[in-house]
Amino acid sequence: MQALYAQLLVGLINGSFYALLSLGLAVIFGMLNIINFAHGALYMMGAFVAYFLLNLGGINYWWALLFAPIIVGIFGMILERTMLQWLTGLDHLYGLLLTFGIALIVQGVFQNYFGSSGLPYAIPDQLKGGMNLGFMFLPVYRGWVVIFSLVVCIATWFLIEKTRLGAYLRAATENPTLVRAFGVNVPRMITLTYGLGVGLAALAGVLSAPINQVRPLMGADLIIVVFAVVVIGGMGSIMGSIITGFALGVIEGLTKYFYPEASNTVVFVLMVLVLLVKPTGLTGRAA
Amino acid sequence: MVEIATADAPAKAASGGNILQVRNLEAWYGESHILHGINFDVNAGEVVTLLGRNGAGKTTTLKSIMGIIGKRTGSVKFNNQDIIRTTSDKIARMGIAFCPEERGIFSSLDVRENLLLPPVVRPGGLPLEQIFDLFPNLKERLNSQGTKLSGGEQQMLAIARILRTGANFLMLDEPTEGLAPVIIQQIGHTIARLKKEGFTILLVEQNFRFASTVADRYYVVEHGKIIDGFSNAELAANMDKLHTYLGV
Repeated sequence: MQALYAQLLVGLINGSFYALLSLGLAVIFGMLNIINFAHGALYMMGAFVAYFLLNLGGINYWWALLFAPIIVGIFGMILERTMLQWLTGLDHLYGLLLTFGIALIVQGVFQNYFGSSGLPYAIPDQLKGGMNLGFMFLPVYRGWVVIFSLVVCIATWFLIEKTRLGAYLRAATENPTLVRAFGVNVPRMITLTYGLGVGLAALAGVLSAPINQVRPLMGADLIIVVFAVVVIGGMGSIMGSIITGFALGVIEGLTKYFYPEASNTVVFVLMVLVLLVKPTGLTGRAA
Repeated sequence: MVEIATADAPAKAASGGNILQVRNLEAWYGESHILHGINFDVNAGEVVTLLGRNGAGKTTTLKSIMGIIGKRTGSVKFNNQDIIRTTSDKIARMGIAFCPEERGIFSSLDVRENLLLPPVVRPGGLPLEQIFDLFPNLKERLNSQGTKLSGGEQQMLAIARILRTGANFLMLDEPTEGLAPVIIQQIGHTIARLKKEGFTILLVEQNFRFASTVADRYYVVEHGKIIDGFSNAELAANMDKLHTYLGV
């Protein structure tokens, strides 16, 4: 039983990263119509920025949670202004190829300087140790990642679905020309949206640094699974991408317990099934 | 030339009463040349209607004024400021509001969000109570999804949401298209009332019987040009010509 709970926890943690990343991808896809293949590289950059802040600037984990998403978000907004914005109106494929190229360049640069091995990032003092819950031992940091990710996901959902700013965002996703003709600076909103999506990826990167170490290819390994999550959940829905992210993490964890051989493929098997039965994804709207 | 403001000319009027001046406006959709030199004026407080057959260039004229047609040349002066090179968000902030033919109700927004979506661009918009007074149906359906409304209600919502913003120059593209006679009548009353409130309205209509109940002046658009213009008083005298123009 202990092992089952442990795998469930691992599943929830992976699910947290899936949710944060697929949420960002969904927001970016909705607004920019771009399948952001650079997402994994930007997640990795989040972890590296946290590492640099700590080791070069003496800035601790808590500030890194704030600054790394902002710094990487600004980097993302520069990418959007200088490159992605020129793809408006073109086929998805162009955005996918461009962001794929960006991902390879960013990863290549980091690999050139840091190789492929991991750099350690210590768990902050306040979150060290563990709690005995009676039925299992919970490392505090892991519990924190799950709860904090959930809070960030729900806050993002609230921002998009329940606020005035979110209404602009949803409306501009449907008809950017008309929203702009109402007096809203839509190009600026698109840039900020990309910054938000990228910032969520960077935040996931910071959260993962103490668990998975900081590696140039940490995003490349993760992003393939995240794209499968997005395909299963459907691109159109914010809540859908959150729930699917956590659910697939848990399913993966359960598979690790019951049939470990399949744990790396279960998500892709589900993806194939969903594509066969409901190609727009479980919660997605038809394109 | 100095003009003396009269009681019935709204205070918002530009100098000389001429709020919109379109000269030699040309526009393209991609490679196809749609407008070939449009010329007309709208005076403050007027309701002016563009008439013409399908594909004549009426909608393109409105979109060009609003700045949402990529390639356009010539001159469009709004309150004496040339806006031919201005982006649509800035044009909206100068006080022009556009209600598109397809209505543009957002399906991912409820009625309240749709209604409150366009930002207030200047003071002087209608307060919500007055908007609900004009369109009582909307008040009852505030929490419905925008696109669950009937066609008539969607049209009312599309008009209602631009009345809040303080824009005093409204462009309505075929507001009566596909609607039942009783709804058309209600929209007619609304336009008459907006005119009384001091709004200036540029209307595109195929239904000139409807237009004749609200318009002060008409321009006829054909093949991307204005080929004729007359006032409401001259309508009867021009009826035969109009039938030929519109092919009805």
